[in-house]
Amino acid sequence: MENIVIHTDGLTKKFGDFTAVDHISFDVKQAEIFGFLGANGAGKTTAMRMLCGLSKPTSGKATVAGFDVYRQSEQIKKNIGYMSQKFSLYEDLKVRENIRLFGGIYGMTDKQIAEGTDRMLDSLDFQQERNTLVKSLPLGWKQKLAFSLAIFHNPKIVFLDEPTGGVDPATRRRFWELIYDAAEKGITIFVTTHYMDEAEYCNRVSIMVDGRIDALDFPHNLKERYHAGSMDEVFQQIARKAKRGDN
Amino acid sequence: MKQFFAFVRKEFYHIFRDRRTMLILLAMPIVLIILFGFAITTEVNNIRMGIFAPSNDDLTRQITDRFQSNPYFDLVAFVTDPQQIETLFRKNEADIVLVFEEDFQNNLLHTGTAAVQLIIDGSEPNTASTINNYTSSVLSYIQQELAGTSSVSGGFAIVPQVKLLYNPQMKSSYTFVPGVMGLILMLICAMMTSISIVREKERGTMEVLLVSPMRPIGIILAKVVPYFCISAFNVVTILLLAVYVLDVPLAGSLFWISVLSLIYIFVALALGIMISSVVDNQVSAMLASAMGLMMPVMILSGMIFPIENMPNILQWLSNIVPARWYITAIKKVMIEGLPVRFILKELGILSLMGVVLITVSLKLFKNRLE
Amino acid sequence: MTAVTANGLEKAYGQVQALAGVSLDVPAGELFGIIGPDGAGKTTLFRILTTLILADKGTAEVVGLDVVNDYKEIRKKVGYMPGRFSLYQDLTMEENLSFFATLFNTTIEQNYDLVKDIYVQLEPFKNRRAGDLSGGMKQKLALCCALIHKPEVLFLDEPTTGVDPVSRKEFWEMLGRLKVQGIAILVSTPYMDEASLCDRISLINDGKFLMTDSPQKIIDSYPETIWAVSGDKMPRLLTALRKIPGVKTAFAFGDVHHVTVDKGLTTGELKQTLEKDGYTNVEVKEIKPGIEDVYMLLAGK
Repeated sequence: MENIVIHTDGLTKKFGDFTAVDHISFDVKQAEIFGFLGANGAGKTTAMRMLCGLSKPTSGKATVAGFDVYRQSEQIKKNIGYMSQKFSLYEDLKVRENIRLFGGIYGMTDKQIAEGTDRMLDSLDFQQERNTLVKSLPLGWKQKLAFSLAIFHNPKIVFLDEPTGGVDPATRRRFWELIYDAAEKGITIFVTTHYMDEAEYCNRVSIMVDGRIDALDFPHNLKERYHAGSMDEVFQQIARKAKRGDN
Repeated sequence: MKQFFAFVRKEFYHIFRDRRTMLILLAMPIVLIILFGFAITTEVNNIRMGIFAPSNDDLTRQITDRFQSNPYFDLVAFVTDPQQIETLFRKNEADIVLVFEEDFQNNLLHTGTAAVQLIIDGSEPNTASTINNYTSSVLSYIQQELAGTSSVSGGFAIVPQVKLLYNPQMKSSYTFVPGVMGLILMLICAMMTSISIVREKERGTMEVLLVSPMRPIGIILAKVVPYFCISAFNVVTILLLAVYVLDVPLAGSLFWISVLSLIYIFVALALGIMISSVVDNQVSAMLASAMGLMMPVMILSGMIFPIENMPNILQWLSNIVPARWYITAIKKVMIEGLPVRFILKELGILSLMGVVLITVSLKLFKNRLE
Repeated sequence: MTAVTANGLEKAYGQVQALAGVSLDVPAGELFGIIGPDGAGKTTLFRILTTLILADKGTAEVVGLDVVNDYKEIRKKVGYMPGRFSLYQDLTMEENLSFFATLFNTTIEQNYDLVKDIYVQLEPFKNRRAGDLSGGMKQKLALCCALIHKPEVLFLDEPTTGVDPVSRKEFWEMLGRLKVQGIAILVSTPYMDEASLCDRISLINDGKFLMTDSPQKIIDSYPETIWAVSGDKMPRLLTALRKIPGVKTAFAFGDVHHVTVDKGLTTGELKQTLEKDGYTNVEVKEIKPGIEDVYMLLAGK
């Protein structure tokens, strides 16, 4: 049996009368690249917060890396990495200092940090930027660095919230190659994006509408089922059904 | 004009919909006044008293007994050498030392007057004044008793000579009301205005406002009007609280108090606009107003520390703090009840500051983003 | 009539050259797209054209008025929607709209026909605070606010960033209808797939325009042969492709890899090479490039 690293069953989150996430159930396997799509307001962020142990579900079950989201959020946080478009790195720290900081936060030893730093900078071809302030790096570089940091402590799962927003086309693709490398190493990738071509790069894709998961399958199966030429068309067909539109 | 009023209305919406802003604008003045008022009306207990009586006669012993049996006083030391007095204060072992003159009883019986010196730690003016009042009233009570039992006609006079250590000027207990007014108005006008203007920069709405037919000066005025109204309202609240809750006398002309306050509000608003044009996020605006405006008001305006006791450089610096002039003038009019001719200098200086600051601020406010 | 012209605009922030000589010419009624990633200089260009900042070098005119000297007149005639939807979060939808209308000396009723399309979608939420609207709704409201005074030129700086594909599509449909009313629209976007919805586009990178033309002509100008390659194990296939002699570039594009090759190589040969390396279900076919292919080629130079 394949190793399940994220398991949810009827996971629900209500804010007052409003059901932001409405009984979602899915499994994510180890080393899978799982695309988590949905229109604005469909409930993606809320669902992701619950899985990262940042917010308690109203009902339903969920385990992440084998830990229960209700009771073991601290263990979950130790076993996941997180990167979002908005917050990723401290702009006023140097590259090296950022790496030190995140290594320290995850309790790595000085030796592990030093070795890891060299390995990471080599693989990114970043050695010469070691002592550069992050704010003077181009956006694409920052994103690559942020991703490498999110997996620096070797988490089981990494959550990526629109990691490539606004990044130029070439860098965006190089970014996805990093994602593939990480998946090869056995890290599970849970990613949201508004670029539909990126949905094609995922092993499996789920599409959320009005708090529920309306579709979950391999991209080619989805395209077949909806008679669509691309994931963009699939998404348009599914998301147009949204009644809520706004929350 | 319609544009302008729409803008002012929008500004009021911002204020009324933000609980934090409302709290600062409306509740803080009340809380501050009550707090300061409470602080000065607090009873002072366990006053630590030292006594120096060189003559050590019946009368000084009698007076000493009186203080000893008074629940408000603790006799902590009988000083035999005047040099020890200073040590007592230095070590913070006494709040007050009574110094009887030599031959106290003799003088009183033969000349009808005798002096006693009250040396009080003046570092906390409010406490010091309370101690002074207590001690003096005990002394005068003793004096009356002596006069009643004595055969000497014409009565006795024990003359207390008060000497305050560390704060010889002995500020009036009411000074805090003008001080709080100076502080609150500066806070509301300068800090809140600058924050509200900078918020538009931070949120990006300033870009849209600039790319509109509304002139920058119109934007500024519209942002300032609500704060002007609220400040005026606060002046009224503070005065009412001061008079009816704290029994602070309103000795002088209400008209001139209002004129002074309006000019001061204007100066503070100009400062707020100035801050908003040099910083570009709310945190810096807050820091700039706190460090650049609030601290000087607290420290250099004479609100807490008397200006006369400051080093020259600080005295000189205090001249450029608007609150200094405002607080002095308000004290004169409100507490001392002096007519307007005594505050012409302050009025003049504040008006001049207002004109200069508003000119500079409008010059600094940019038509563009940079 | 020309709505916007610019000549050799340059702007530096300290060491960073945000704009390095940009020129453009947009006639009335054209939907003009400026396409490039974050940090390419899009916002700087928009701010110069909307009179918010001054260029270091170069000149620009909007509706025939100089952006430096006649800025007051320009500000009456343009609509501007900055990058982050600049709405008052604590005002309701309707209060926002009527505030912006009054700001421009007009009312919602006066220009209702112009915003009607969008407004009917927003109306159910008119008493909701802007801060509580979803991204797509905020975007529509911001557009309404920028349009309410019937501007001659509309500047939209990244109106679709962070907005989901469905809302994005709806938004572009709205722009198409506005264009018909004769309003010139300048839009910037980091999404290359939106390029085809513009009349003309400029591809911008590092403060310079790489190319300006209609999307079709830009695609036609693509000098390379481009193939789509697919098969099992796509990620590994990509690495393998890059090692094959004759392959110039290989990038993932959705469910296929786009590959540019030297003239000598044929699709059959490439397929054979890959199959020989053990790849299964390999398909190679010649395709037409997209804007993104062009952009990557030009920006990579």
